[in-house]
Amino acid sequence: MAVCQVAGEVSDLANSIIKITNMSKLYELGGETVHALQDVCLTIDKGDFISIIGPSGSGKSTFMNMIGCLDKPDTGNYLLDEKEVGKLKDNELAAIRNIKIGFIFQNFNLLAKLTALENVELPLVYRGVSVKERKAVAVACLDKVGLSDRMNHLPNQLSGGQQQRVAIARALAGNPPVLLADEPTGALDSRTSKEVLQMLKDLNEKGQTIILITHDMEVAKEATRVVRIQDGQLFENGGDWIEPERIDEDGHALYQNQ
Amino acid sequence: MNLSESMKMAMRSIKTNKVRAFLTMLGIIIGVASVIVLVSIGQGSSQSVQDEINSLGTNLLTVSVTDTDTVELTEETIDQFKKLEGIADVAPVVTGRVYAKNGETSTQVSMTGATSSYLSVRNLELSQGRFLTDLEMDLRSKVVILGSDTASTLFENHNALDQNVLIGGVSYRVIGVLKSVGTSMGSSGDDVIIAPITTAERATGSTSIGMVYAKAENENSVERAMYELLGVMTTSFPGQSDNYSVSNQEDLMDTMSSVSDTFTLMLGGIASISLLVGGIGIMNIMLVSVSERTKEIGIRKAIGANRKSILLQFLIEAIVLSCLGGLLGVAIGLGIAKAISTFSTLTISFSWSVTLFSFLFSIFIGIIFGVFPANKASKLNPIQALRHE
Repeated sequence: MAVCQVAGEVSDLANSIIKITNMSKLYELGGETVHALQDVCLTIDKGDFISIIGPSGSGKSTFMNMIGCLDKPDTGNYLLDEKEVGKLKDNELAAIRNIKIGFIFQNFNLLAKLTALENVELPLVYRGVSVKERKAVAVACLDKVGLSDRMNHLPNQLSGGQQQRVAIARALAGNPPVLLADEPTGALDSRTSKEVLQMLKDLNEKGQTIILITHDMEVAKEATRVVRIQDGQLFENGGDWIEPERIDEDGHALYQNQ
Repeated sequence: MNLSESMKMAMRSIKTNKVRAFLTMLGIIIGVASVIVLVSIGQGSSQSVQDEINSLGTNLLTVSVTDTDTVELTEETIDQFKKLEGIADVAPVVTGRVYAKNGETSTQVSMTGATSSYLSVRNLELSQGRFLTDLEMDLRSKVVILGSDTASTLFENHNALDQNVLIGGVSYRVIGVLKSVGTSMGSSGDDVIIAPITTAERATGSTSIGMVYAKAENENSVERAMYELLGVMTTSFPGQSDNYSVSNQEDLMDTMSSVSDTFTLMLGGIASISLLVGGIGIMNIMLVSVSERTKEIGIRKAIGANRKSILLQFLIEAIVLSCLGGLLGVAIGLGIAKAISTFSTLTISFSWSVTLFSFLFSIFIGIIFGVFPANKASKLNPIQALRHE
């Protein structure tokens, strides 16, 4: 059993929003056991903007599902906003997802039959907020992402970038302590990607904790902290891992210039 | 998430798929409409039978003989009947079928040999002429009273009064025509010829009295009069109770209404099967809808919908579908029943309890057949549902 890094222990407990210790998850795939996650430890502080980077098949998605309370770990502890969520039942997890986490997906995942405004209202509907109140909140959130003039459009009447902004507004509507963005720029062109990332950065500056999951180094670099996941294991300080590669890249470019 | 919220959501998803929603409802619509129409027809016919029996007079009693060889009703027995306390009057009859002929037209009718009391005992009325007299009974006069149908068959538009008809080659004078009484229990009361009982015995060749009608003094004495008649019959014909029967209109009415109730129940039952089939249709569509909307369910779950919310959403959708179908079915059913009663001779009797029942039953079916798909939807794993395309 690996021992958790000291960094986690040292960080101020009162200031940490997510504290994962020794989280493991096994899958049975065609009679073979796959270690999707092995003794993963991670502490995220309030106001962090952290990227989790890793190639496909690295256990990145599994880890995201764990952080997003969509799945339960086999072993280990997961403390989210001072609440142990590793052992909760399905219905309790649903409530946690509703209150603690704002999801932003690669494919936006808006409900096609609802307008932008209704999509943004949805988390509040499940929270049982009154019609008037949730409409006011949803309008404010859409205003925040600059779509107050597109409130009554259906998702298919909006561009990709606009849809992702609606999704961000939806994630913000519940005012969750954590924003969990899974490849938020994966389906966008580079210009709108930049816009969306800028929006996340702005949110972070206002104190929002953001977890960004990506396979794209360029995107990951936008975060203030980068961790790397590979073969089910998490490596703190993904930057160390990047640097040699960048040197290689530079070398390659130099070579080309010669 | 509260109920009105779920309701709105259900209405919304039904609105976005109008054609499919209508096709889903069609089964329920047809089911509810057919229950209402068929039960209305069934109850209407039962109502009209009861009305007819009532119109015959509720204080009418009948002594009918099934075996005239062993139970021979004689003048004496009939006189005994007459003397009974609760009985106002009695009318013995002999019946048989005869050929009646007027010029070129001939018809086979039932001939009733009756006494002068027959008219009042059976509550009949004459439209023309007069009824039989006691003298004609004694003289075996060859006079007849025609039922309204018989009169119009034999004489068409001509006046039948004082004309002659040939029955079995013998000429009879028409002294009266009955008012129409309509068809009751399969035999037309208008397709008859009434002759003096003494004359009819010869014309039909039946000398035994097959039936005696008796009129109770009032409705309250019917029961007592019946027991008295039974008493006379038992003492006159001991041990022959299988060969005659004494009945009153209420017995008849009970029998008829139990027959038509069974009939109504059967019609309703058959229609209910189509309601059930409609429910299975709803279940099919809801199951398709669940697998089509797997992604939507995944998104909703990721955002924080718990099992109950998803279950309610799909269940309410099924209930709203069946409810709308039920309402449409009620409207269409009442419309068709109304149309039938306007354009055909069938009697229609609306029953609000049946209408309400079929509507509630359609909602019940929506719940029953909505639970399975809704449960399936609520149990979906959010991760797999999100990945679903």
